[in-house]
Amino acid sequence: MFEYDFMLRAFAASAIVAVVVGVVGYFLVLRGQTFAGHALSHVGFAGATGAVLVGVSPLAGLVGFTLIAGIGMGLMGERLSGRDVAVGMILALSLGFGLLFLHFYTAYATQATSLLFGNILAVSASTLWALSGLGLLCLAALAVLARPLLFATLQPELAEARGVSLRLVGTLFLAVTALAVAASSEIVGILLVFTLLVGPAAAANQMTTRLPLAVLLSVVFALAEAWGGITLAFYTDWPTSFWITALAGLIYLAASLFRVVWLRRNPAQVPATPFTATDAAPALDPGDALP
Amino acid sequence: MTEAVVLDRLGLQLGGRAILRDVSLAIGRGEFVGVLGSNGAGKTTLMRALLGLVRPSAGSIRILGRPAERGNIAIGYMPQIRATLGAVRVSGWDFVASAARGERWGLPLLGAEARRQVDGVLDMVGARDLARRPLNELSGGERQRLLMAQALLGRPEILLLDEPLASLDINHQHAVVSLVKELQRDHGLTVLFTAHEINPLIGVIDRVLYLGGGDAALGGVDEVITGPTLSRLYGAPIDVVRVDGRIFVMAGAHSLERDCHGHDHGHGHDLGGGRGHGPYVRAQAAGPRGEGRSHV
Repeated sequence: MFEYDFMLRAFAASAIVAVVVGVVGYFLVLRGQTFAGHALSHVGFAGATGAVLVGVSPLAGLVGFTLIAGIGMGLMGERLSGRDVAVGMILALSLGFGLLFLHFYTAYATQATSLLFGNILAVSASTLWALSGLGLLCLAALAVLARPLLFATLQPELAEARGVSLRLVGTLFLAVTALAVAASSEIVGILLVFTLLVGPAAAANQMTTRLPLAVLLSVVFALAEAWGGITLAFYTDWPTSFWITALAGLIYLAASLFRVVWLRRNPAQVPATPFTATDAAPALDPGDALP
Repeated sequence: MTEAVVLDRLGLQLGGRAILRDVSLAIGRGEFVGVLGSNGAGKTTLMRALLGLVRPSAGSIRILGRPAERGNIAIGYMPQIRATLGAVRVSGWDFVASAARGERWGLPLLGAEARRQVDGVLDMVGARDLARRPLNELSGGERQRLLMAQALLGRPEILLLDEPLASLDINHQHAVVSLVKELQRDHGLTVLFTAHEINPLIGVIDRVLYLGGGDAALGGVDEVITGPTLSRLYGAPIDVVRVDGRIFVMAGAHSLERDCHGHDHGHGHDLGGGRGHGPYVRAQAAGPRGEGRSHV
């Protein structure tokens, strides 16, 4: 299958995206913002279809819209947490607008399908370059952001006291997430971004609690799912995106089973300490709630 | 020698509501101060103000002789434990290590020296083994230890501990209090320790800082936890009953601190309702240790 240029481009494009979503996805899962990632992809749909309508490349529209939405959500910060309904409404509204734009631009029916479900086998050389640029930008931004991001994720109050701006870090991270979402939409399509963005990271989380290892595993899983999906699609002629979602589901299931079995076989990993007596679930004091 | 914490005619507001008004006091270096008060009395807000996260609406705060500001590494802070931590699948070691100069930009990779420091603070609280396990598999008491280790990173001189006893049973409460006392004594730390109930802290703390009704009273346990002082702070009649070395704070027939400690979080608020109209109690701490007296 490597004798075809389109296959080589597909492998290269999905490798770039897998590395980016593997890392971004890990932080997204750790921060409990997976729904935000899902919503961003839907906002991207309106952007992509709108771009096609006015004659701009769909990738540009996707990047532009997700980026604006990501930064907007980041600036809203804490006020958005727990507002799943509001985010969900914006998500649905975006899909609605995407549908409207497609309605006006009736020339391509295939355009809609490839935006919604991806068309990795049709990645052009110029798209490959664009993905490389996006990927490098994401990884470079994360390399600078990762340390305060981790601190702000695990101990926000302490991080704030030490001078970390939670809003700045949160906004930058959602901007990076927006770019990662746009990139992975090119591979699996807007509706299935969740599968690459969250699947590998969630599976890695089941396998290990050591941070560097978890990020590495997340990338490896994403890569395995993307390349495995393309290979299976090549031999079966079924859609690539289907195979990627199937592999993502399978790996997540296997990782969860691994955790259950491993825990049962290694009870020694939970040693008795003077502090093991069960405590009541810790509760916040609502009266002294933070602003 | 400069005091650890000096509040000068301090006023604090949160969302337009006055939390503290015109409070002046001084806490000396190496002092262990228990901070008490009903829910909403401003214990957390005071700590956030000491950290530079809440700006005074009036007056000033000095920490070790300098104005309070964000990023002061002389202060170690243990925030109230969040319920969401129970879902975090990250090893205890990585959790503690995330705070090791975590405010710097770059990758979260630690050098040998930083790793030694993380191991060092874990040893200080006896949590080296604990840290190998993921956060979501630890009990509340075990998580508190890791939070404590985190607060000790960077060798702070002042330790702010926000509700370290929350939802721990009596035995665990005792273990946490003795651990803090040991750390305070061995390393000469100044400790501010918020709690709902005075009893676990009796015999351990040097002084108590009681917040209520926008005011504060600082002094020895026997000076501050008295009917007249607390009645003024709560703006309602309070009885203090001493039984066998233990202290019970009662409003009418109810034990106040007991109620606060349980499910009934609204109760303390109601009693604090006299805030602003109640008689004025001003804490005037003359010296670093014990001489502070509430003018009742």
